[in-house]
Amino acid sequence: MKQVMVFVEQIDGRIAEVSLELVCEARRLARQLGGVVTAVVLGSKLREVLPALGSYGCKTVYYVEDVRLSHYTSNPYAKSVAGIIRKHAPEIVLFGATIIGRDMAPRIASALKCGLTADCTELQIGESKSLKQVYQNTFLQMRPAFGGNIMATIVSPESVPSMATVRPGVMKLDPPDTKLEAEVLVEESGLSQDDYMTEVIEVVRREKSVNLGAAHVVVAAGAGAAAPASLALIRKLAETIGGVVAVSRPLVDAGLFSHDHQVGQTGTTVHPNLYIACGISGQIQHRAGMADSKRIVAINSDPDAPIFRIAHYGIVGDLNEIVPKMIDAYKGKA
Amino acid sequence: MTLQIVVMVKQVPDTHHVTQDAMKPDGTVNRAALPAIINPEDLNALEEALKIKDRIGAHITAITMGPTKAVEVLKECLYRGADAVILISDRKFAGADTLATAYTLKHAIDKIGSYDLILCGRQAIDGDTAQVGPQVAEKLNINQITNLLEVLDIDAQQMTVRRAITNGYEVVRSRLPLLATVSGEANQPRSPSAKLVMAYKNIEKDIRGDSYDESYLETEETQMLSRIVEWNADSIGVDPSRCGLAGSPTKVKKIHNVVLAVNDIKQIPGTDAGIRSLMQELMADHII
Repeated sequence: MKQVMVFVEQIDGRIAEVSLELVCEARRLARQLGGVVTAVVLGSKLREVLPALGSYGCKTVYYVEDVRLSHYTSNPYAKSVAGIIRKHAPEIVLFGATIIGRDMAPRIASALKCGLTADCTELQIGESKSLKQVYQNTFLQMRPAFGGNIMATIVSPESVPSMATVRPGVMKLDPPDTKLEAEVLVEESGLSQDDYMTEVIEVVRREKSVNLGAAHVVVAAGAGAAAPASLALIRKLAETIGGVVAVSRPLVDAGLFSHDHQVGQTGTTVHPNLYIACGISGQIQHRAGMADSKRIVAINSDPDAPIFRIAHYGIVGDLNEIVPKMIDAYKGKA
Repeated sequence: MTLQIVVMVKQVPDTHHVTQDAMKPDGTVNRAALPAIINPEDLNALEEALKIKDRIGAHITAITMGPTKAVEVLKECLYRGADAVILISDRKFAGADTLATAYTLKHAIDKIGSYDLILCGRQAIDGDTAQVGPQVAEKLNINQITNLLEVLDIDAQQMTVRRAITNGYEVVRSRLPLLATVSGEANQPRSPSAKLVMAYKNIEKDIRGDSYDESYLETEETQMLSRIVEWNADSIGVDPSRCGLAGSPTKVKKIHNVVLAVNDIKQIPGTDAGIRSLMQELMADHII
């Protein structure tokens, strides 16, 4: 039976949301291949939470239990998961493109000498041609490259398995069907103490100061809005219309805002109903983080700013004059 | 015992600064018009190597797999304080995906012989995969630490670092040798030194080849780097079927340029009336 396998990431005993999204996506791919979804999980004291993966379509979970695997380190995870893949021979393996996924997946791909495509935004099963032959049921992996200036479709038709990492928040999370439960099979890690090469001395996690990903309205400041008076106006507009304040990278680099507030390729991707870009030029690395906003209003004094190419509404002018008018116009109707 | 550090660097097009000159009329980017630079996070990696050299002493060898033009990024490393540089170049390496690249780099590092630490940027701004570092580590059968933010301690046996994790950071320690990928947030790379630029700006590739050893004729002065070492597929003993396009399990099936002009933009005048009608429209559509 063909398997589409998902590496399910757990942090401190909690299953990462991206892993659930990938189980759903694996189900869509498995249907096209006439196969099943399996998962591999490493950690300890997780036996109770794993059957629930079935509610997203997972049939079997391969669970490697060892207290030394509770916290991620590179070599033990990569070696153990590579062993599971060798044993169960899935067609496709998916990983979240998280710090963990992007650390582990290439090490596994190197060990298995297989194809790995990073940061995929779309996956399909389709046909692919080489000079020698036509391949059916190929795994098509779409991803941005060249700093986001191109979209590439990558194939690895002769590679078994084909592996991909997928960004969080890209694949659709289906509603769970709680009647379904996954079977949990306990597997050996195949590791010795020598494999644990990284000693973890301290772990510091902090809650994000703002949840950009969930925002419905975002008011964003760019380099053109870095002056204190401009930022004050932007904060006021956000407060007035019920939005959150975000920034482009230059304001984070300048130390004015924490990385939690950054929208863009190396920051957070947002999908609000409304994105108001104030003094943002619109380099592609920023656009990558907000292009899917339902409506985009761009305010910039430069009529040639690239942001105007993707905005729905464009206002060429001084944001220090425009933003107060927006606040007044909104309040006038409140 | 001098610490031996290998820094892997790459020449890339400057995809993060696409100016009007590099844009085609249809709104797509003209890749050929982008200037070639050293991958930004590789400069961060070199900077970590130089900080270690400043702190406890080290010998830094910068290597790159690329065409002849990639010599330019090796010179950037010399200008900042690298002790030796090697160009790994061969037509057989062209078209390599990350696995084939890692295979080739592993063999070059084997030829270098002894090393304590391998550093590279977290990811390159053209491929954007962040895969080569971990794949080289696996092929060398050494530990890897990605997203390095700060080197807290290092000696001949082990290294303690702070690295980025989801929603925070962790402090980890590992024995050497190991490979670390360096995040752009780790440091501010130093500028080239005027003195080193003067010393190395005219340096050429070594075209003698390594079939004839004249090293016994060299004085201490001539032993100072006078040319760039170049290795090809034969020098590093690779199996050609595992290099370049032939050795790449992943292949590009299709590319399409991201087109920037998608929306019919509504120009809003910056007047009271114009702004008012914009806000009214957004409210009528339940956007706000």
